[in-house]
Amino acid sequence: MLREGHEVSCLDEDPESHARLEVGLDRGWEDLGGQFTVGAGLETDALVAAGIEKADAFIASTDGDNTNIVIAQIAQRRYEVPTVIARILDPLRAEWYERQGMHTVCPTRVAIDMLETAVREGAPRGSSGPSDGSAEVA
Amino acid sequence: MYIIIIGAGKVGWNLARELLEKDHEVTVIESNRRRYLTVEQELEHNVSYGDASELWVLERAGIQRADMVIAVTGDDEDNMLICQVAKEKYDVERIIARVNNPRNKPHFDLLGIKPSVSATDLILRLLEHEVPEYGLVHLLDLQEEQLEIIEMLLGKDCGVTGRRVGDLQMPEGSLLISVLRNGKGFVPGPDTVLEVGDEVLAVLDPGHEEQLKALFGPGDGSGGNGAASDGG
Repeated sequence: MLREGHEVSCLDEDPESHARLEVGLDRGWEDLGGQFTVGAGLETDALVAAGIEKADAFIASTDGDNTNIVIAQIAQRRYEVPTVIARILDPLRAEWYERQGMHTVCPTRVAIDMLETAVREGAPRGSSGPSDGSAEVA
Repeated sequence: MYIIIIGAGKVGWNLARELLEKDHEVTVIESNRRRYLTVEQELEHNVSYGDASELWVLERAGIQRADMVIAVTGDDEDNMLICQVAKEKYDVERIIARVNNPRNKPHFDLLGIKPSVSATDLILRLLEHEVPEYGLVHLLDLQEEQLEIIEMLLGKDCGVTGRRVGDLQMPEGSLLISVLRNGKGFVPGPDTVLEVGDEVLAVLDPGHEEQLKALFGPGDGSGGNGAASDGG
């Protein structure tokens, strides 16, 4: 999104994760106009330092579902960010929060759908007659 | 009452014990296997293993028929969301959440998680209660009703001792509701004369604490409130 010309600001607890942002870039993250803040997503000071007050979109994608759901609601209710998206691994909760008006992305759901499609697409090949190995997808 | 407690730490375990003794039906949900096995030796079928953040774990514990959910894990996000789901998805009438880090308290309020209890706050209140130099102790905040109840200990240098309650210029929006003297409490009338060592309770609109503190604090009792000190 930075390459497309958007202003992008990342907030992470781990200072080392800055290096990951620069993998594959020919210049530094900041040189390209990116912002990086070290801090916890639940700390309002850190959110403000990262620029949440002027954000048009906010993505909560830490490795914890609960953290993402809480921070997304803070972004929505307290800072009134127009577009808020939360990554939720648990499909049941992703579904419920989606119904509550939260924009969610559920990688588990996406993976299930893709795997299911892959299995179904694999089926016709076997339907042309008994195959030699009769492999099954587990 | 059917009560679900999330988290079998010291707080959750002891809470469960107390509630079971009072003949409530209790299920404690614990996500740490070892902790679960320890607690299960005592609480047996009243403890259940699983991560209460997951809806099916709550449903297995019978959240649909729960009268109360108490979330006391060591993780504030967990406590917040479990209570949010209990209240909004399963219509549990009463929820109580523990706040581990007092800085997260505004988040609990933002998500409508009430009441939330912070041990730090409780200890602070206790401290204020045990250390009367603080002068004024917050007993209760009725946020919805916009009222608070405070307690004041009348010291030797207090300006209102020896005066009639009827002569006090109480700030508008405040009322003396009781006096504790020698271990007994009573409701003061206009002729009640305040004594050193009295503990008085007042109910007031928020924001009038300073005026009350000035009136009941050290000094001549005029409290900078413009009240004439006529000695009573």
